[in-house]
Amino acid sequence: MAEPVLQLSNLVKTFGALKATDDVSLDLRQGEIHALIGPNGAGKSTLIHQIAGSLRPDTGTIRFLGRDVGALGVPERARMGLGRTFQISSLTPEFSALRNVMLAVQARQGSSFRFFRPVMRDRSLTEPAMAMLERVGLADRAAIPAAELSHGERRQLEIAIALALGSKAFLLDEPMAGMDPEGSKTLTGFLDRLRAEAPILLVEHDMDAVFALADRISVLVYGRVIATGTVAEIRADADVRRAYLGEEA
Amino acid sequence: MSRETLVSLVIVLALLAIPLWATAAGETFYITLATRMAILALAAVGLNIALGLGGLVSFGHAAFFGIGGYAAGILASHAFNMEPLPFGLPGTNAMPVIWAVAIMASGIVALAIGAISLRTAGVYFIMITLAFAQMIFYFAISWPAYGGEDGLSIFVRNRFPGLNTLNGLTFFFISFGLLLAGLALFAALRDSRFGAALQAARQNERRLATVGIAPYRIRLAAFVVSAMVTGVAGALFADLNRFVSPSMLSWHMSGELIVLIILGGVGRLAGPVAGAMLYVAFEYFLGGITERWQFFLGLVLLAVVLFARGGVVGLLAGKARHG
Repeated sequence: MAEPVLQLSNLVKTFGALKATDDVSLDLRQGEIHALIGPNGAGKSTLIHQIAGSLRPDTGTIRFLGRDVGALGVPERARMGLGRTFQISSLTPEFSALRNVMLAVQARQGSSFRFFRPVMRDRSLTEPAMAMLERVGLADRAAIPAAELSHGERRQLEIAIALALGSKAFLLDEPMAGMDPEGSKTLTGFLDRLRAEAPILLVEHDMDAVFALADRISVLVYGRVIATGTVAEIRADADVRRAYLGEEA
Repeated sequence: MSRETLVSLVIVLALLAIPLWATAAGETFYITLATRMAILALAAVGLNIALGLGGLVSFGHAAFFGIGGYAAGILASHAFNMEPLPFGLPGTNAMPVIWAVAIMASGIVALAIGAISLRTAGVYFIMITLAFAQMIFYFAISWPAYGGEDGLSIFVRNRFPGLNTLNGLTFFFISFGLLLAGLALFAALRDSRFGAALQAARQNERRLATVGIAPYRIRLAAFVVSAMVTGVAGALFADLNRFVSPSMLSWHMSGELIVLIILGGVGRLAGPVAGAMLYVAFEYFLGGITERWQFFLGLVLLAVVLFARGGVVGLLAGKARHG
């Protein structure tokens, strides 16, 4: 089998006495959605930070596209094609939706040291950015500053940015959080199609979405992966039911 | 034409109108006042690149202003005394050469200061830029070769090929021309890819890193360009006063530049111009009434910060739009 796109091996991260990540190994394969679930405080965010590069694990390795990325920072990993969205939307609030995506297009073209040509008249930036907004259904909101977009629209915008980076893998941290049911449904359909483009590591609390989308699920409790398997296997797993889904589930 | 463009145009034309009126009315002193406005505006346009676009509150830009001033003073004094500089280089009284030296010198110093300071952020950045500027200030005071504490006089204003710089109006136009060039540079940077990354670094550093652009290099480049513009303004300021002293390097000067920008509008194209016009007008008219004019300036500043965050430009043109 081909090497996984993203492979975590024996990651450990402690904060004082707290083991936030406790010997975590998991991988993300081409074409799949791998959901990461777990109760609050299980260490999902800490794990995401380590994958993205904003936290260094104490021990263990992270391989992305066959390369050990442990020594690389956030910008380098992003340039390799790690597209991330945040649990709480993180955008440039004064810039319009379009300019937020243009920043990603610009970064992908690797040309931020250009000092004179106005970006708004640069079609090599505006056109791809507009295309991404169309894909996530935000085209008619292109001129609105990110700060004035609705919560759901900001989430969509983050995905448009990750798309514009030409990501080789997506790291989506609770993309459904705070969305209305209609929005979640639309996004579920969208992510379903997105996996063909690049695999998705999906951290999500919305169990309907997770069960509808995931090819595999890993369950994180107290920093440890207590189970990895298909939707059916996870549903049947006794430990998982006790730890997370609730006894009666 | 957007409302902001219109407001910018009106502000710049208002500055241009002062010396024209002064010439017609025979009030030549106001030409000097307008020149002072233009030069301080240029210095603040430079700072506005770092502070306004990049959110880098440099409390040490007097260092670059002073370095530009000393570049003019030192080169002119060597030319005047016909003494060669180290390495046998001649002094000069040609403004274009002086400007080039001022730009290079402030750029190189900014590269060193920025490379260290930009590893910090927030209040630490403010303090470390202040500390570097103070180091240069005390160096200038204790270095006897160029006047030390007493400063250095420029006996004859430096020359510009083909123009009579001793004429006040001509010197105003030279300063005004450089101010326009500074404004054009600011506008171009703001709208460029570099400016997009720089403004993103101010708004959300994490977002910039997540799309794959490292904020540090962007900020460092902005800091250097910012210092270069302030440096060339320093050279003009020395020529205006025909005198350069450590006071150009003092932290009061750094603070004054920040105050100009806040008065005029942080990050706005014409903000520094409006700010400099107001500041110099206060200094002159209020200063003529009371020695405690800075108390009233303080009140105005307080009012701006509390009620008109966008400064003069924000008041006239509304919130900045980024397209």
